[in-house]
Amino acid sequence: MKLPADVVSKKNGKHTIQPLSDPKIEAKDLDFFYSEKKALSDVTITIPSNRVTGLIGPSGCGKSTFLRCLNRMNDIIPGTRVQGKILLDGQDIYAPDMDVVQLRCRVGMVFQKSNPFPKSIYDNVAYGLRVNGWKDRREIEAKVEQSLRHAAIWEEVKDRLKSSALDLSGGQQQRLCIARALAIQPEVLLMDEPASALDPIATARIEDLIQELKKDYTIVIVTHNMQQAARVSDFTAFFYLGQIIEFDRTEVIFTNPRQQRTEDYVTGRFG
Amino acid sequence: MSSQSAALPRSAGARFWKELLFQIVCIAILAGALLILALLLTSVVVDGLSRLGWEFLTGYPSRFPERAGVLPAVVGTLYVMLLTAFFSFPVGVGAAIYLEEYAEKGGFGLGWFSRLIDINIANLAGVPSIIYGLLGLAIFVRFMALGRSLLAGALTLALLVLPVIIIGCREALRTVPDSIREASYALGATRWQTIRHQVLPMALSGILTSTILGLSRAIGETAPLITIGAITYVAFVPDSLLSPFTVLPIQIFNWVSRPQAGFHANAAAAIAVLLPMLILMNAIAILLRNRYQKRHSQ
Ligand SMILES: Nc1ncnc2c1ncn2[C@@H]1O[C@H](COP(=O)(O)OP(=O)(O)OP(=O)(O)O)[C@@H](O)[C@H]1O
Ligand SMILES: [Mg+2]
Repeated sequence: MKLPADVVSKKNGKHTIQPLSDPKIEAKDLDFFYSEKKALSDVTITIPSNRVTGLIGPSGCGKSTFLRCLNRMNDIIPGTRVQGKILLDGQDIYAPDMDVVQLRCRVGMVFQKSNPFPKSIYDNVAYGLRVNGWKDRREIEAKVEQSLRHAAIWEEVKDRLKSSALDLSGGQQQRLCIARALAIQPEVLLMDEPASALDPIATARIEDLIQELKKDYTIVIVTHNMQQAARVSDFTAFFYLGQIIEFDRTEVIFTNPRQQRTEDYVTGRFG
Repeated sequence: MSSQSAALPRSAGARFWKELLFQIVCIAILAGALLILALLLTSVVVDGLSRLGWEFLTGYPSRFPERAGVLPAVVGTLYVMLLTAFFSFPVGVGAAIYLEEYAEKGGFGLGWFSRLIDINIANLAGVPSIIYGLLGLAIFVRFMALGRSLLAGALTLALLVLPVIIIGCREALRTVPDSIREASYALGATRWQTIRHQVLPMALSGILTSTILGLSRAIGETAPLITIGAITYVAFVPDSLLSPFTVLPIQIFNWVSRPQAGFHANAAAAIAVLLPMLILMNAIAILLRNRYQKRHSQ
């Protein structure tokens, strides 16, 4: 794994993330509230372009919350509040003049629970294209096939594209959701435990896919599987109780973490 | 294994009897309800049988019970229903969409305002129908000078069923899981695209059902229409929005209150005409629901 120079430096006892040469997303002093409950505090992280950044941490520590801040998916939950900044290519995504619809085209998402539309397999993938103004049927067809192939599900569904997506197995549904997200070609792909419902073969294919995708995409992936985090991500952030305890190159996090809690977590002593 | 199978039959037996008893009780209650309904229906049909016939359906009201018919009332009922649906469906669905999809989710920063509307709608659904009649009389008949017309009647009934439709539609919209909305937004769909392509299709069967149930409530209403002055002796079929009109429940009410026995038979016969119309509407509701449910789970 070829990695850029060390991006983390220690400044007055606190780990600070130096700007990378090519940062895609920068979160600065991010606080997040569900009504009164504070779910993220003081999250500062730089997500590098064309790399895979893994988010790990015990259940309920705010990984999904953080991920959903990156495409403003939390906006639709009533009573939520964000403080601090998130910059995408240097542009504040919470600025009043930000076009949220545009943002979500650039920052795609695969959800923790697979959520296919109750429509045909084909329409599930074509929907994102259609709402973004694709008209030509042949182009849409080609893109749907390409996306389904990419997500390693084409062979299983090519003969029943018109049947309901709800008839697919859980793992197939999850891959369909990945295909759907890929179809609109986002710049950033947020994946919340994309492989939690998959068998080892499909998981391996998704992991291969992630490696391939990172040439063109910036990927942020939440996973509970330490081996997977170690395998697929270039950088890893360890979340605990709404804070980033440590963020570093994956090999550092897994072999030589600076924080005791990180070490305890990645070695399975708690969490 | 053998010790288990020895223990199993006894408890399973007790459970079996309880289960059976429960089923019998349920069936008995259902049979009781159906029996009462059947008795009512037969008594109505028996009383009205002598009058039921083509002449009754195509006849006009008359001073002589044996010559009276229900054509103006049947046509009036159909017109009023269509007009009521025409006014209440778009407004009701629109209001429900606003309240569920825009106001709830903090749209337009009018949270307190929509909560106020919310409480009011719930209250309005419980207001006696005669109050709507008075409102219709003041606004549509007098203020808007529509007179005792078809239009005024339909608008009054539209007001009456709006709260029911809005509440039912909101319920239907609420059954669409948020994960579907999120999935749509995450693909770069706008709020309206999400509502149009995901939320409404999923909620459609519920929306149609609640609308038709609301309308079948309106079909049986007499009080508000009497209040706005729908007349009972209409010797012609309404031919414009501003014609005077009557509807079946009013016709029935009128005949029942006459002293002559002949008119009572007419009332029974008119009930026997009204009931199939109601059943037809409910059947359409069920058909529509099944159709959209099927389409949607394809
Ligand atoms: N819609 C919500 N309303 C209120 N609180 C929420 C909501 N969603 C999450 N939370 C809370 O915010 C905290 C962080 O949740 P989050 O879903 O981000 O955790 P997570 O790290 O993704 O956990 P997991 O690994 O189990 O998915 C939790 O304490 C959770 O209870
Ligand atoms: Mg999560």
